Parts: sequence; structure tokens; C-alpha cells
Amino acid sequence: MMIFTIAWRELRNLFLSPLAWCVLAVIQFIIAWVFLIQVDNFLKFAPTLAGMSNAPGVTDAIASPMFSTASIIMLLVVPIMSMRLIAEERRSGTLSLLQSAPVSMTEIVLGKYFGLLFFLFIMLGFMTLMPLSLAIGTHLDYGKLFSGVLGLGLLLGAFASAGLFISTLTKQPVVAAVSSFGLLLMLWIISWAGSGDERYSPVFHYLSILDHYRSLLRGSFNTTDVLYYLLFIITFLVFSIRRLDAYRLQH
Amino acid sequence: MNDNVLVKVENLYRYYDTHCVVQDLNFELRKGEILGFLGPNGAGKTTTMQILSGNLAPSAGQILINGIDILDQPKRAKTCIGYLPEQPPLYADLTVDEYLEYCADLNRVPRNKLLTARKLSKQRCGLKDMGNKLISNLSKGYRQRVGIAQAIIHSPAVVILDEPTVGLDPIQIREIRSLIVELGKEHGVILSTHILPEVQSVCSRVQIIHKGRLVFNDSLTGLAQRMQSTSLLLACRHMPESAVIKALPGVTSMELVDDRHLRVHFSPDNNPAESLAAEVIKRGWGLLELTPEHKSLEQIFVDLTTADETSAPVPIQERVA
Repeated sequence: MMIFTIAWRELRNLFLSPLAWCVLAVIQFIIAWVFLIQVDNFLKFAPTLAGMSNAPGVTDAIASPMFSTASIIMLLVVPIMSMRLIAEERRSGTLSLLQSAPVSMTEIVLGKYFGLLFFLFIMLGFMTLMPLSLAIGTHLDYGKLFSGVLGLGLLLGAFASAGLFISTLTKQPVVAAVSSFGLLLMLWIISWAGSGDERYSPVFHYLSILDHYRSLLRGSFNTTDVLYYLLFIITFLVFSIRRLDAYRLQH
Repeated sequence: MNDNVLVKVENLYRYYDTHCVVQDLNFELRKGEILGFLGPNGAGKTTTMQILSGNLAPSAGQILINGIDILDQPKRAKTCIGYLPEQPPLYADLTVDEYLEYCADLNRVPRNKLLTARKLSKQRCGLKDMGNKLISNLSKGYRQRVGIAQAIIHSPAVVILDEPTVGLDPIQIREIRSLIVELGKEHGVILSTHILPEVQSVCSRVQIIHKGRLVFNDSLTGLAQRMQSTSLLLACRHMPESAVIKALPGVTSMELVDDRHLRVHFSPDNNPAESLAAEVIKRGWGLLELTPEHKSLEQIFVDLTTADETSAPVPIQERVA
């Protein structure tokens, strides 16, 4: 209940600043651009594709590349949205309002997390509307579309949890943003390492936040991938709770 | 133990790394009391208040709020506390109404009582017409009031205010003080300050903390007694004979202030002013002046906090006795 109170306040606070509106507008515009290019390309090659057996469908040709691009953009956007979560509260001293209220540290962290997640899901919802609009004129593969949305949703959840954790480490929001971006990018490209090595390559591929997303985009729903994201989210949320508790205990 | 004890602090310690900020603090707050927390900068006032409000964990010791241990049941204990930190925890982007509503929600004020609670706390803090204003547009005095309104919105048993009158103009200070006095009727109030007259005008009990230790803990009446004279200033036309004065009942010692003034020290329960005056007149020394010397709170404060740095602080019992 308290989690919801804090999350709702967090979400509304986001929309009180122009940042949230600006991010929504810019991202929507860029994703729309990507979407239109994909539609254009598809129309260009549609006659050729029609002649092929086992040709990629509309969803493969348009939705998947769009979600793929969106994930890269979100890698840049989430740190900006998550940087203030705790850092700003600690800097302006408002965290003590939450700490002296009858609310546990877990509720504070989860409230903040879900507040941001709601915002990111609003963005995700607007993005999904674009490929959905194609349903007016053609037949969509809803399974694949859902898999892509789920993948991006989980990816956003993972980004947000990492961003939240980094935000507990510093009082400077900008430092939090840069560090979160660094961490996420690192997790993104970690699979580049040991690519030629038979022994270690699977480890790096498992760790990479991107590899799990790719398989969901292809429409293959693996429990491993979903579990990877859930574990990732839980780990960083627990880290955040521990970090905040540590501030209370000893300096 | 009395039922009316709202806050009970036992053997409280707090370390920052190896530096001990609060050591062996013991005190109680009863219902209807306004406890003034005095101390020089860095004495550990704010740390103590942060610990009481659950913002910091103590290194050792026990805190009971309304009989509930704040470490064992933090949520239940915190419902009984309203806390205003040194810097009011305000969200600048919100209006006063939005902010207070959020605070009430956080403190689990039931939805159907929320509007009444908000109205009451706004009224008490003089924010009646400020509901729609953005907090970022308020002056410092009004922000401070919103901070107090936030601390009392769920009418907690204990209200903890960390320097509530800092940065206010004299009229606002008076208003806030009368608000505190009013709060003290129904709640227990802990107030930290380094403005000494504030303590005298508002508090019912005074505690002085120095280097993390409690060096003084007494009611305001007790304080008044301490502030009473233990010395008389005597001026005569002719220099009195010291042997005669020292022989008077109650007089403990005597010192020369300048060539005309004498300071006569006496034991607190035996004021020799009357017999001293009679003696001076009888001997024809020409009495010019006989004044009881009052110790100000400031004097006590300075005495206690600048006491010999190397000597160990005297235990409270001895000081109060």
C-alpha cells in the first residue's frame, strides 16, 4: 500500500518537471522516425518478399528492428530518468521525510522503483501503439509482438533497477546518470569479450544484458532469459535496500 | 515506570567511525513536557534527534517511543513521531496541499480523516491561505511552517523539532513559539536550539548536551533555582572588615571586586542578605549597594560547556543535587 503511495507520488513528481514530458516527446519522435523508415523499407521489398517462401513477415521486418533500436535509445534515457530517484532526495534532505515516516526501507526502494517503472511502461505503451497500428491494414504476428514488448519491458525493468542502485551511491544526480550509463553499457558489450574463446564465451554471453533481449525479439520465449532479467532486477533492488540501510547504520 | 513517559532513552551511544558523537545518553520525555535540547555546535544534538526519529541507527542503547522499541518495531514506533529536521524536507515542485497530503498518506492518516487533518495542521501553522502555493515560491519562514505542519499532521505523541526558529523574523519566531507551547499541551515536544531565551520562554525542561554527554538535565524551576544568586554584591563607603562578614551565618567566602565592591558568596539555602545589611548599618560602614547576583542561563551554559577541557564531565546527579 505504502509502495503504491510512494510510487504514485514519484510518477506525478516526474510529470511535474518538464524533463519527463520532454523525454516522452523526443523518444516518441525518434521511434516514430525509425518506425516509418522500417515501414518504407518493407513496402519497397514487399514484392520481392512475396515471392519468397519463408520470408520475414511484417512483425519481423518492422516491429523487431524498431524494438531493437528502442533498446539502445533507452540505454541512454533510463539513466537520465533514474539519476534523481535517491540521489536528489539525499541531497535535498527529503529522504528523512520518508525515513521518519512509518515506512520500511524496502517500501521506499520499491516505491521509487515502481514509480519509475510506470513511467517507462507509459513510454513502452506508446511505442507499441505504432506496430499495433499496422493491424488496421495487415495481419500481425501477435505472439512475436508480445515477445518483443515483454523483452523490452524486462530490459527497462533491469535498466531501472541498476539506475536506482547507482542513484543510492551518490548525492550528485549527474554522477549517478553517468555511472548508470557506464554500468549498463558495460553489461551491454560484455559479450564482446572472449568471443573467440570456447570456454569463457558462454559466460560472457550469459552476463550480457543484450543477448537475452535478442532471443526474445526473435520470438523465442526462454525461461532462462526471463529469469536472467528477474534475477538482475531483484539483485539490484536488494543492493539498493542494503545501501540505504547502511547509511542509517554507520558512516 | 510512569504511564505518561513518551520517550525513554537509555545508554545511547553513537559512533561515526571511531569518533563518539553521543555517549551514554539517558533521558525521558513525559506527556505535556517541552524538552529543550541545548548545546554548542557539534555537541550531538542533531545526531540525537536523528536517532530518535529513526533516521540514524544508534550504535548502542535503547529508545522506547510510547513504550515501543524503535529498533524492534520501527513502523509502530514511527507512527508516534513527527520530525522536523534542521533542513525542512520539502518537495519544491509541490503545492502545500499536495505535499501535506503526501505526508499524511505516508504517516497512514486514514483517507476519510485526511482533509480534516490537513486543514487542522495548516490552521495551526498559519498556512490557511497557502494551500495552492508552490513550496518553491514560499519564503523561508513559510517553508519552516510547512515543515512543522508536516511534523504534526498525523498528531503524533512526540514532536521532534530541530532548530525550528532558525531564519525566521521576530514576529514569526513568536508565532512559532506559541505554536510550540500549544503543541506541548497535548504532545511531548523535543526542541533543539541554541537560542537561550527561547528555552526559557518555551521549555518546561532543559537539557544541555556537550561533547555527546548530558551535562545538565533539570526542569525550568530547577533551572531557576540554579540561576538564583549564590553571591551578593556589596558596596560600602568604608571598607568593611572581612573577618566580621565571614563570621555571618551562611557566608562561605568573600572576594574583592574593585576598591569599593565586594562579592560575598553564600550557601544556596542560607541567604545572609538581611543580617549582612544589619551588620553593615550597625557598624556604620555606609551601605551604598547590596545586590543579589543572578546567573543567566547563558552563564550556566557557558560554565558547563567551557568547563576544563581535560577534566571528565561531572555526572548529572552530582550537578543537579
